Amino acid sequence: MTEVVATNQTILVVGAGISGITAAVEAAETGKNVVLVEKRAYMGGRISQLYKYFPKLCFPSCGLEINQRRLSAQGGITVLTMAEVSGVTGAEGDYTATVKISPRYVNENCTACGACADAVEAEFDNDHNYGMDKHKGAYLPYNMAKPERFVIDPRIIGTEDAEKAKAACKYDAIDLDMQEETVEFKAGAIIWATGWTPYDANKIQPYGYDRYDNVITSVEFERMMDKFGPTGGKILRPGDGKEAKDIAFIQCAGSRDRNHLKHCSRICCMASLKQSTYITEQYGAEDEDAKGTIYYIDIRSIDRFEDFYRKVQNDPKISFVKSKVANIIVDKENNPVVKGVDTEGYHRYETKHDLVVLAVGMEPNVTKESFPVEIAINEHGFIEADEANGGIFAAGCASDALDVNRAVQSATAAALRAVQVVNKVAGAEG
Amino acid sequence: MSLNTAMVEKYRNNFLQEVAGNVEEGDWVKMCMQCGVCAGSCPLGNAWEHTPQKLFMMIRANKRDEVLTSDSMWMCTSCYNCIVRCPRELPITHIMHGLATYAKKLGLAPQSNPTQWFSETFWNNMMKKGRVNELKLGLSLYFKDGFVSGIKESIAHQKLGMNMMKAKRMAPMEIMGGHGVKDLSGLQKMIKKAQDIEAERLEANSK
Ligand SMILES: Cc1cc2nc3c(=O)[nH]c(=O)nc-3n(C[C@H](O)[C@H](O)[C@H](O)COP(=O)(O)OP(=O)(O)OC[C@H]3O[C@@H](n4cnc5c(N)ncnc54)[C@H](O)[C@@H]3O)c2cc1C
Ligand code: SF4
Ligand code: SF4
Ligand code: SF4
Ligand code: SF4
Repeated sequence: MTEVVATNQTILVVGAGISGITAAVEAAETGKNVVLVEKRAYMGGRISQLYKYFPKLCFPSCGLEINQRRLSAQGGITVLTMAEVSGVTGAEGDYTATVKISPRYVNENCTACGACADAVEAEFDNDHNYGMDKHKGAYLPYNMAKPERFVIDPRIIGTEDAEKAKAACKYDAIDLDMQEETVEFKAGAIIWATGWTPYDANKIQPYGYDRYDNVITSVEFERMMDKFGPTGGKILRPGDGKEAKDIAFIQCAGSRDRNHLKHCSRICCMASLKQSTYITEQYGAEDEDAKGTIYYIDIRSIDRFEDFYRKVQNDPKISFVKSKVANIIVDKENNPVVKGVDTEGYHRYETKHDLVVLAVGMEPNVTKESFPVEIAINEHGFIEADEANGGIFAAGCASDALDVNRAVQSATAAALRAVQVVNKVAGAEG
Repeated sequence: MSLNTAMVEKYRNNFLQEVAGNVEEGDWVKMCMQCGVCAGSCPLGNAWEHTPQKLFMMIRANKRDEVLTSDSMWMCTSCYNCIVRCPRELPITHIMHGLATYAKKLGLAPQSNPTQWFSETFWNNMMKKGRVNELKLGLSLYFKDGFVSGIKESIAHQKLGMNMMKAKRMAPMEIMGGHGVKDLSGLQKMIKKAQDIEAERLEANSK
């Protein structure tokens, strides 16, 4: 049974992406008791699926590592993975949260030796890699996953595979009788840091993501660059496994569009500028076939990032076409052909590329309908700062489409507000 | 003073405002962000000089004569590809037709443009009896460019005509004058009234 020690001076943080981890650590560092609830089997959220960060082009794993170390060094944080908040009642200073914890079937004895995975046959789409490869029925979600503990996929429970996994484990770490649990505990303030999800590219019909193998999304492109990712760090065409050298990026795929997301997702211009540098990184500056084309309405490289944009503009390998692509077709060799009219001169183009990357927009992870508590949400689905929210505060991409820097700032702000609420409770209780 | 001159006088150098005030759905033009999706999506776009995107930019750039005498809006087939895809939900097709109608009212529509000619022929045909006489309309289309080419066209489309007759989609006796709607003069009065209201509105706008 999972024990959660909490009072109405506890701060509940929902979502352990970079925003949730930051908020939890900052609140705990002021001496508060924190419960961090994460839906996935591991912490880190979406940044664990990015290859490099703009603007410095450093690895997200580095910052994540630092934060996770801060988190474990700092006592007072209870982390619940595979857990979701299913209900919240009460008011500021006195909430009761109900959290549903799904069985992992693996306990803390796990050494991540991997013997169970070797023993199991069944394979499933790997969500961490957006379904670009498979994982076994017993698996570590990714090579750096924290907690570093395997998971048994519930789909093998009751099959022979489950027994094989259990038999293979020398550490008595597999418990096939684990059940779903529901825990209830108190909290004085709540921070929602449930983040974002990529806009469903299937809905952008003229771009044919659902029909063409060699049209992928920006989040998938990030996974390709990871050495431990689905392509072993190579940029390959999903259609035929060949190297993709001539790469098109299509901006505002599903954003700034009243048929899709009305808002500007704000990070995708920078994400594509960053991803265009992956081409040279992969093939070297001398490879003449390696090049990138960015199709855009306008490039929104907000404030400090203008420098980064300039640098990419000066890269002879990267060209810019001011045009929202009208549609994509494929030629006989299954090459995507991008069609439209460019706004600087109104030239009609029909350009073949090896691979098209759709810079998909950011949607809030938790839809308005599925919020377990009354909260002010704007027309784009993000949580608004509103007095009526009482002791509930949003952090990171649950509050807006933000890059990591801004997400972390908003997490610190949310932590500060939550700390003030529980301080008031402490004051009243003396 | 002609309506056209009056409008030029009134909206001097602000064609965008003139379009917003007088063209059906014209106030949407200012919402265009020049992304190019309509231009790239128009199946006929490469056949005309001005795509919707370009026309909307020309409107903002005060290219009044070029816009109103353009034949591009007359070529719009109302396929709605542009409307479906426009990220700003501009009613592009309606604006195209609105621009064409406005140009026509000002007497600037290109006379030589075949769709412009056909629209007028269609309208006149329809107004005579309150319904379209397809036989006469078809024939006037075939004989548009003179007697010889008319005979050629008719022979070429003989089978189509026969099939339409078989399916009772066209009656040969309609050539005698054709049947009309029940209350033809009532309909004509109604349309006249609507036209008067519209003319008054434009007249007032031009002051
Ligand atoms: C293609 C692409 C490239 C990018 N590159 C960069 C870059 O280079 N630099 C940069 O600064 N930013 C980049 N970003 C933006 C960056 O990904 C976000 O800023 C960052 O992920 C925000 O973190 P977050 O913690 O707010 O949200 P998330 O990372 O989404 O974390 C939210 C967490 O909450 C969990 N969760 C969701 N719902 C629930 C629930 N109901 N209960 C419990 N837990 C829940 C999720 O599982 C997840 O772990 C990029 C974005 C894209 C799309
Ligand atoms: S569950 Fe057991 S076999 Fe599987 S990785 Fe952990 S310790 Fe190894
Ligand atoms: S950041 Fe760029 S690509 Fe993303 S929605 Fe805004 S303008 Fe479009
Ligand atoms: S698609 Fe809409 S916004 Fe884009 S250029 Fe055409 S009218 Fe303007
Ligand atoms: S409705 Fe007219 S302008 Fe729009 S795409 Fe079709 S033909 Fe082109």
